[in-house]
Amino acid sequence: MSGGHMGYIVAAYAFAAITVGGLILRAVLDHRAQQRALADFEARGVQRRSRRKAAQP
Amino acid sequence: MAENNSILTALANPTRFLALSARVLPWMAGLSAVLLAVGLWLVFFQVPDDYQQGATVRIMYIHVPAAWLSLFLYAMMTGSAIGTLVWRHPLADVAQKAAAPIGAAFTLLCLVTGSIWGKPMWGTWWVWDARLTSELVLLLIYLGIIGLWRAIEEPSAAARAVAIMTLVGFVNIPIVKFSVDWWNTLHQPASVFRLGGSTIDASMLWPLLVMAAGFTLLAVSLHLSGMRTEILRRRVRALSLLEAQQRERAPVAAVVAPGVAR
Repeated sequence: MSGGHMGYIVAAYAFAAITVGGLILRAVLDHRAQQRALADFEARGVQRRSRRKAAQP
Repeated sequence: MAENNSILTALANPTRFLALSARVLPWMAGLSAVLLAVGLWLVFFQVPDDYQQGATVRIMYIHVPAAWLSLFLYAMMTGSAIGTLVWRHPLADVAQKAAAPIGAAFTLLCLVTGSIWGKPMWGTWWVWDARLTSELVLLLIYLGIIGLWRAIEEPSAAARAVAIMTLVGFVNIPIVKFSVDWWNTLHQPASVFRLGGSTIDASMLWPLLVMAAGFTLLAVSLHLSGMRTEILRRRVRALSLLEAQQRERAPVAAVVAPGVAR
């Protein structure tokens, strides 16, 4: 690989890494936040209708 | 046909979708990581320099998949928009909403890597030619769609407004694709998917296809993950509304109770 324009190649791949990393991080953090919020509701005894029906004998 | 419909109906149940996607997602994400690792090894250790562009041809291996995905994700959003408007299916709304930020990110990646590639090859970061401008318009449409999702609080009302905007914005997709054929642009014409076959040498084409497959699986994995999160977000919203209703009813019951006792 010739090194004439190495800076441009590094910049392009660095931006791609930041974009992909950001997408993955956002997906993981957002999913965890929603899971936590759901668990909080369950802990307070607030349940969806389908859950309540399933819990009834 | 009836069997296909029943499979679709079964998949369209959010709880079943969550269970199935939980099983598929790790495999898909893992395969994407393997393909991208192999692709990067090919790009940096196997692919020869281009006889005109030198080493900068390596930018193609992220720029072209990002460009394909910017169009692919919009096409997927358009399919979901039809699902929202025709069948009013909540999972179609969820698919639309989850795809928009991923599509915007890949469109931005396409524009930025294209600009970085353009400087050494064309001598400029940007020109207002038809391909570049229509791709920028695509980014603005994605951002408008994300903004519209945030502007309307009720999810199904937001989904219908976004679906109409998505269908209108689809006009731009063939313009992006065929701009290099319809107008005289600085951007080169299609060189992979074209009548008469690819004009790229096999030593460069195969690594490009491996990278494209890796990026596509990554985008689909992110989309599935985003859909799963959006389903949970809607459940959280429903529970917070339910809790608010319960709080409103509680003092009324306390006031009514003594009267009932009499």
